[in-house]
Amino acid sequence: MSLKIPVSITDHAQGNLDADLVIVEYGDYQCPYCGAAYPVLKKLLKKFSGEVKFVFRNFPLSEMHEYALPAAIAAEAAFLQDKFWEMHDAIYENQRKLDDQYLFKIAEKIGLDMEKFKSDIQKEELVNKIDADFQGGVISGVNGTPSFYVNGKKFNGAAEDLFELFTRSTGEI
Amino acid sequence: MHLHPYFLYQLLNNKIMLEQNTVAPNFTLFATPDQKVTLSEFKGRNVILAFYPADWSPVCSDQMALYNEMLKYFKKYDAELFGISVDSKWCHLAFSQSRNLHFPLLADFEPKGEVAKKYDVYNEHEGQCNRALFVIDKEGIIQWCYKSPTAVNPGADGILEALENLKIK
Repeated sequence: MSLKIPVSITDHAQGNLDADLVIVEYGDYQCPYCGAAYPVLKKLLKKFSGEVKFVFRNFPLSEMHEYALPAAIAAEAAFLQDKFWEMHDAIYENQRKLDDQYLFKIAEKIGLDMEKFKSDIQKEELVNKIDADFQGGVISGVNGTPSFYVNGKKFNGAAEDLFELFTRSTGEI
Repeated sequence: MHLHPYFLYQLLNNKIMLEQNTVAPNFTLFATPDQKVTLSEFKGRNVILAFYPADWSPVCSDQMALYNEMLKYFKKYDAELFGISVDSKWCHLAFSQSRNLHFPLLADFEPKGEVAKKYDVYNEHEGQCNRALFVIDKEGIIQWCYKSPTAVNPGADGILEALENLKIK
């Protein structure tokens, strides 16, 4: 399976934005497996910061995880204040405490303009963006979360396997 | 008698199942403890059948959770989704409630696996359905089918592509 929606400037990306190695994660903020993958990805990005571009796309399983969609909306709203990754990280770091109120607490903690945040989370375009991520994921063969793509090819493994792959492949260079 | 090499290949790979352009075998199965579903009643609509090994097992749960999120997309193609396993109607009910599923799970329970056998997706050794997908058109003809390795969640991209192709026809 391959990524049907190419990585573009509209994606949330971090690391070396010009890197040859590009990881795309389709994730759900309330999914425990994504929560477990989060510190591993952090470690990977730290170790290979100059060599990797990391992209996060939304794939909320909202029927199973009631705060997956609200959390995704909160992160997209934080993006409108240039604080997407701060929100993304804070949600995963506090995943077990997640609920509607806690998302506001995080927003405050990371220093968002709360008036703007409260108005932005109502915007339909945020839900549409999340929906577009989800649809693009489905046609790319996302079958659960987290799903990873390395340079456009589906990587059938967990974050730990990804870390190992990177350690091995960069060791060979 | 000599087996044709391709047939042998399919046999060895356990790939024999009902093929495209054949009439979908009709069936009646329990969808809830007191309601039955008959496939032929859905003529005029597209139908997706998702055979899966068992309620509660991790891969199946992911697969059903994914399809649960996909219902609005399937609806756009006028497609009805049914999950089918050999679990009983009461087991399905508990599983469905626990996962908040909004589509019917059919119980191929008595005689066990009868429908799965009709579709050639029954695993005699394990006593459960193989993981297999069928997309049936409005005339009741199988237009796409896919058998996935038991441990692999096949996702929904194949189903969407098949439904998209039906729209073009």
